[in-house]
This record gives sequence, structure tokens and C-alpha cells, in this order.
Amino acid sequence: MTDILDKIDSKALHDWNSPENRRRVQKRYARDRLLKIAGLTAIGLAVLLLGILVTSLLYSARSAVTQSMVELEYFIDPAKVSRDAPERGSYRSIVKKAVLTHYPEVTNRRQQRKIVKILSGGVSYLVRDHVVANPDVMGKTISLKLPLSDPFDQLNKGVIRRDLPENQRRVSDKEIAWFDVMVKKDLIHNPINWGLIFNNDSRRPEVAGLRGAIVGSFYILLVCFLISFPVGIAAAVYLEEFARKSRMNDIIEVNINNLAAVPSVVFGLLGLAVFLGFFGLPRSAPLVGGMVLSLMTLPTIIIAARAALKAVPPSIREAALGMGASRHQVIQHHVLPLAMPGILTGTIIGLAQALGETAPLLLIGMNAFITSDPGSIMEPATALPTQIYSWADSPERGFTSRTSAAIIVLLGFLVIMNTVAIILRQKFEKKW
Amino acid sequence: MEPNMSTEYLDIANLENSNVEQGRPRSEAAETPDITLDTDLKFRARNIDVFYDTNQALFDVSLDIGDNAITALIGPSGCGKTTFLRCLNRMNDVIDICRVTGSVELDGDEIYTDKVDPVLLRARVGMVFQKPNPFPKSIFDNVAYGPKIHGLAADKTELEEIVVNSLKKAGLFDEVKDRLAEPGTGLSGGQQQRLCIARAIATQPEAILMDEPCSALDPIATARIEELMGELKESLAIVIVTHSMQQAARVSQRTAFFHLGTLVECGETEQIFTNPHDDRTQSYITGRIG
Repeated sequence: MTDILDKIDSKALHDWNSPENRRRVQKRYARDRLLKIAGLTAIGLAVLLLGILVTSLLYSARSAVTQSMVELEYFIDPAKVSRDAPERGSYRSIVKKAVLTHYPEVTNRRQQRKIVKILSGGVSYLVRDHVVANPDVMGKTISLKLPLSDPFDQLNKGVIRRDLPENQRRVSDKEIAWFDVMVKKDLIHNPINWGLIFNNDSRRPEVAGLRGAIVGSFYILLVCFLISFPVGIAAAVYLEEFARKSRMNDIIEVNINNLAAVPSVVFGLLGLAVFLGFFGLPRSAPLVGGMVLSLMTLPTIIIAARAALKAVPPSIREAALGMGASRHQVIQHHVLPLAMPGILTGTIIGLAQALGETAPLLLIGMNAFITSDPGSIMEPATALPTQIYSWADSPERGFTSRTSAAIIVLLGFLVIMNTVAIILRQKFEKKW
Repeated sequence: MEPNMSTEYLDIANLENSNVEQGRPRSEAAETPDITLDTDLKFRARNIDVFYDTNQALFDVSLDIGDNAITALIGPSGCGKTTFLRCLNRMNDVIDICRVTGSVELDGDEIYTDKVDPVLLRARVGMVFQKPNPFPKSIFDNVAYGPKIHGLAADKTELEEIVVNSLKKAGLFDEVKDRLAEPGTGLSGGQQQRLCIARAIATQPEAILMDEPCSALDPIATARIEELMGELKESLAIVIVTHSMQQAARVSQRTAFFHLGTLVECGETEQIFTNPHDDRTQSYITGRIG
């Protein structure tokens, strides 16, 4: 055995152990390490930036997680609310009475008005809604937890600091004293702020929520999906399965790839000019939003679908053709089902992009102030990104944290969609 | 011995060159194709030229293929065997750049006309490929696919009957009868290939074209397929492309030797392997060109 090795050794044309060679090998390994370190650094940097973004969002959104509420006894006076038309009662005075019972010593009208303002201006509407929904409370005293107005919400959460001099904060020492009466009586609660998701938009941050925006975004994505999914698949199937190699098809292909890179605001202008201007479709409607965004999603879906179709092994096509399947049977029975996970993944990624898109929606008026959720795709609506945009523009202190919270809600939806895409891909990925 | 061999090599090269210089080389075997055929004629191919774009892959091939027999197509890689095989069920039609001229008759009827639907032709002339390619569906659905799309079964029981019979004929039924609902891709390579044969015979074709069906299989699986081919040839015509000359010698009744896109020689398998008329055939079967 060793004889043979010796023989091989003596026949070696190159001295593999020379210092020169060793240096070369070491250099090679150093390069490998360098490449690995560069990759790790890049990933670390990306994760760090993402971490900073999410942490800062979470930090500024933390005060929007809860909402300060005050629990008061409201006497639904039949003298002020008619049984026949409960929606038109004098709820303002009911609220006033409920608040002022805790301040019998205050008789000055101006001061009384200031005390009532500790509660959100929307409280009288919330009491009204409660009575309309439960007419049998008429003549009874009901206990409701209703939101504080924004300055006192901030004061309660410590965003407005008590140790500042009086002229540097939005609430005076007197107002703080009144507020502390409620705190002492244990009337102030801090429940989780579900209103952020389930309320509609409002000028008052303490009652503003994302409901309309979420429903609007859902309608927009629905329209976008219904348009871009079938059109995208049809285009991809044609280009991949039927189109012969020709100059025309090359031009189409280049243009589809270009379309994917067109700035989204351009699509917004197109939607404004064509869908609103020429076809006269309603302004701010999810239908138009979905149509505009489908223009953006289409190239993504076409490119993903073509890649998925290309990945179906030719042997499957040959097998089906060899069985005497016609072209549409080959595509419908074999190629498309096998490509579907890839197509769906691409579609979801395209829709996730569309969900976060703001600029084209601004141009077709989807940043309007709308206080009810859209009942159909033709009614005016907002979307999540445009709602964030409007809130970020609002001066009220409470909207600062709510904007961050809304961004987190949007990111949450994106994470869910992308997770679904990954699960789909892993679950249905076929092995050959 | 060594100098001798090199001269032979040169000779072959000269022969090819002279053919090219004359333009389109005419294969001698084409003039007298069907003398040795002792069974009914199934395919009658005449003057087949095939072009991929501007490259000519087949030069004036004329070949007769008998019914109830196995015809083996042999020759070195790239010689046009598979291209010729794919002419017999018009599988070349689906390749954009491929153009076929000449005539192929199946049972006396021309298949290269507008009147023949290649889709129906492929139901009559089945195909088995080099790499086992079952659909990623259940074993049952794999075999049932052909009868389903061609409407060969009136109802479910009839379809089941066809599937079971096809699997039995392919010698696979006993191995898979308890797991017909499991995916066909989960079988072993040899089983997958037999599943593909079962799938091909489910439409009751008149001929089966096999493109190196055993090249991805181990010797035991190969033996099973060869045995199966021997049984199947009783009811239909089989054309097999193979790189293994032993396989051609074992299974086929007739053998055709292709070289550089031309049909060099065609005859009874025994004659081709023991007493070839052409020097190139001699060189190939003795392993000197390939």
C-alpha cells in the first residue's frame, strides 16, 4: 500500500507542500471567510435597521395601546329623550349631569363647561348610540365606560407631564385638580384600545379608529385581485405556452418588465385621467383604487406566473401530449395546477405591495375624511396607507401615537400575507 | 491491430465527407425497405427530412415498421433516432422550430396531412419516455387520464376496469393494488416506468414508441420492462430507441441503425448484429464508433 503511495508521490509533478502553495491555499480560505463576513454584515445591518424601525414604531405607538376611559352613571331621562325618536334626545345635558354630580361644589357655568370637556366630545354620541341600540334603558341609570378627551388621555398616560410649569402644558392646574377627583374616586380605567381597530375615523383621536380604512383596503385588494389574477395568469400562459419567439413578443416582454418599474404615482395620474376623468367612475371609490393598483400588481403577477410555469418540468408536458392531450388539456390539467403555488405566492406578494401603496390612492382622492365604512366598492372609502397619511397630518397630540399604531396594524397585515405566501409555497411545492 | 483500426476510422470519415459533398445524401437502404418484413406493415415512412430551424437532423429516411414486432433504433448520440421516433406520432409538431417533410403512413393512411388530428393520433400511438414521468397525481388517476380525456369509459366501473387491466398488462397491479390512491411519483423508478407503460396502453394504442425507456433503470427493472415488451408486442407494434446494443439484440425482431441523421441499415436483428452489410454498422456494433 505504502509502495503505491510512494510511487504516486514520486510521480507528482507539483510540490503541493511548498510554502508558496501553502500561502495560496491560506489566501483562498481567507477569501472564503471574507465573503462570509461580508454577507453576515449585510444581513446584520438589514436586521438592525428593521429593528430600529419596528422599535421606534412600537415605542411611539405604546400610548395608543390603551385608551383612558371614565366610568360614569348616566340617567337616561325620559324628559330629555323621547321614546319614539331616541336618536334625537338632548344627550349633551345627560352627559353634563352625569359628570357634574361628582363636582357639586362647582357652580360657575364656565368652569362646569370646562369640567365636561374632560370627557371626549364624542361621548354624547356614544351614549346616544347605546340608547338607540338598547331602547329598554329608557328611564334607567346606566353605567358606561367612555373615553376621556385627548389632553386628559395624554395626561393620564403621562405624555403631558404634570411637573412642567402650567403655561407650558395644555391642561391647567385647576383642570388637573378636577381630573384628580375622578382618579381618586377610581372612575378612570385604562382598557386595551380596541376602538383603534373597530371604530371609524374621527377628528377626535380618542374615538378615531381604522375600521373604515381596513374595510376600504379589503375592498381595494378584492378588486385588485379579481382583475389582476385572471388577467395575469392568462397573459403568462399565453407568453409561456403559446407565443412563438418573435420580435413582437420580445417587445411585449420588455414592456411588462418596464411596467413593474413605473413609479406608482404615474398609475395614480392615469387612474385620475382615465377612470375618473374619462369613464366618470366615482371619486374615492375602492373600485377605482383596486383598478389602479391592479395595473401595478399585474406585472408582478405575470412575471411570477411565468417563472412558475417555466419551472414545471417539460417531461410533464411531454407525458400529457404523448397521451393525446390537447394543448388546453395539458395546460389546464397539468401545467397550471403544478404552477399554482408559485403563481399564488407571486400574487400575494403583489397584493402585499398594493396594500402598502399610497401615492396612486392619494391622486384618486382616497385620503378623504370619511366617518363610516364603505358599504360597497362604489362608496367613498379610505385605505390603510392613506389613513396613516391623514393621521400623520393631524395636529392633535393623540394622533401621533395612533399613526404609529396604524403603521403597526398595516405591518401586521403585511406580515400575515407574506407568511401565508411562504406557507403556501412550502406546503404545495411539488417534488419531482 | 492498432494501425488497422485507425485506417477504418479514416475511411468512415471520408465516406461521410463524400456524402456531404454530394449535398443531400441518399440512404441506400431506403430503396429496398420492406423485403425482410415478415409481419403486417404498421408504419411506412418515406423520405423523411427533419429540420430544427436551419439544422437538418434527419436526411431522407425511409423505414418500414412491422406490426406485432419490436423494432429497435440504434446509433450513436445525436444521430436522429429520437427525432425519427417522434415523427411517428407527430410529437415534433409541438417544437416551434421543428419542420418535418416526407410521408409517414399508419396502416396505409398518411399522418402528415391536415385531416389528421395529432391529438387523436397520439392516442393511437402511445409514447414512453426516457425518464419515467408519471403525473404528480394518484396511480389510479395516472392510468385513468388517457381514457378520461378521450372518453373511452362510459362510467366509473368501466374506467376502473380499464385501469386495472392496464396495470395488470403492465405487470404492476399486484404491487400497487392496495395503494391506487397514492401518488405515482412515490413509486420506485422501475415501477414508475411500468406505470407510464400502463398509462400508455390504457388508451388501447396500436403502437407504442419507447425512447430509451430503460436508461434510467437498474438491470432488474430493465429486465422486467423487457419482459413486458415481449408480452405487449403480441397485440401491438413497438418501436424502441436504445443505446444498449445488448438490449436491442435481446428484445427486438428488427433493428435499424442510424448514423449522422441517415438510416444506414435496417434488417432483422440477427442479421444486423451478426452480418451487417454496411461498414459503419459493423464499426458501431463492435464499439469502434459511437
